[in-house]
Amino acid sequence: MKRIRVIPVLLIRNGGLVKSVQFKKHKYVGDPINAVKIFNEKEVDEIIILDIDASVKKQAPNFKLVEEICGEAFMPLAYGGGVKSLEDAQKLLYNGAEKIVLNTGLLEQPKVIESIAKQFGNQSVVASIDYKTPLFGKPKVYGSNGSKKTKWTALELARKASDYGAGEIMLNAIDRDGTYKGYDLETLQTVASNVDIPVIASGGAGSLEDFEQAIQQGAAAVAAGSMFVFQRPHQAVLISYPDPSELNKLNENI
Amino acid sequence: MSKITIINYGAGNLQSVKNMFKKAGASDALISDKKDDIEKADKLILPGVGHFDYGMQKLHESGLIPILEQRVLIEKTPILGICLGAQLMTEFSEEGNKNGLGWVNGKTVAFDKSKLPNGYKIPHMGWNDVFENKETPLFQNMPKEPRFYFVHSYHLEMTDDKDVWLTANYGYNFCAAYQKENIYACQYHPEKSHKFGLQLMKNFVAL
Repeated sequence: MKRIRVIPVLLIRNGGLVKSVQFKKHKYVGDPINAVKIFNEKEVDEIIILDIDASVKKQAPNFKLVEEICGEAFMPLAYGGGVKSLEDAQKLLYNGAEKIVLNTGLLEQPKVIESIAKQFGNQSVVASIDYKTPLFGKPKVYGSNGSKKTKWTALELARKASDYGAGEIMLNAIDRDGTYKGYDLETLQTVASNVDIPVIASGGAGSLEDFEQAIQQGAAAVAAGSMFVFQRPHQAVLISYPDPSELNKLNENI
Repeated sequence: MSKITIINYGAGNLQSVKNMFKKAGASDALISDKKDDIEKADKLILPGVGHFDYGMQKLHESGLIPILEQRVLIEKTPILGICLGAQLMTEFSEEGNKNGLGWVNGKTVAFDKSKLPNGYKIPHMGWNDVFENKETPLFQNMPKEPRFYFVHSYHLEMTDDKDVWLTANYGYNFCAAYQKENIYACQYHPEKSHKFGLQLMKNFVAL
């Protein structure tokens, strides 16, 4: 049975765990270390932790937090936020992270991707691409946590990231973030079928059916935030993850 | 308590290996590049992430190969190779030009893309079920449906099928782990594999 990776994405702001809707309206969810502990107990496939303030505020990665989290998490962990150099990446990897996520770094200094991939292998670099459709015009990639429009389309930037040596693309549909409307399957399909590296679908997941659809469109892995930290309909904080029998069923269907 | 030394030759993510050993009860597991710590160890771990040639080059530069061969091949000290560490103990890899350590009869080969169905991307990255080709002490009390986390573009290929300990399937069946006498090696990352990796490491500590 081929197993698809189902990945909770946790957002960090000021040391606390938050969750957004369309990259705005951040709601405090709790303590990140506690959340990771719970996800560890639930035996999640992998986890992505993004410090969404670090690059915007020009801060360095929170090395200590990563070290603490990795002492509790016995699964692959990807960390993003404020990674500016090979040295930052090296420190994070030595502290126990499995992969480094670059978003602002991909836009501002893609050479860093190349140097990390060369020293630690392509599998250690995840290129994160945030995109949305502006009021007028075609969908574009946005930098600085969704606030700055760039000239890139998602596919163009994904190709560039792959050329620079990224091992995976994390494709985030800003418009879908926190909406439970399902993934943007069209863009996902376009990117996944035009790059050789695995693509992680992100933004909009609300159900296991959404996962299945993303995989059918070529996603190698599926990520979700709100679905795993909130309980609907009232958005009460409740950390959850599909149980093994549900995941087995999903894997058998694909 | 057995003394475990995690060999630091400059290629790998050692802290997470140490974290998992702590969890598995080996609180004094040591990350070291010192000959002395390898001499005194009851058990050895050869971790590693990265390019085969880079790993071999680092091992040669470390000057640790003679003491490792003394401990592993002559004194038969249990050793666990992880990921690149598992590959380095084979005779060679298609990834590079350098010879491997050659402690086991086998080689490291690239995934045969012509045999992979559509949608099977390289590197192989993710969780896979594994199947026992033979019993070893490291799989005692293993929870049901064991699965492990893999990240690799090259895989192990043993000369002698009886050295194959576990197989996994990614488009086709490949050797996921081997065992020969005191030498244990897994392509996957037990330190990133929840209760399955924990049980394996507990068993290694208890050997």
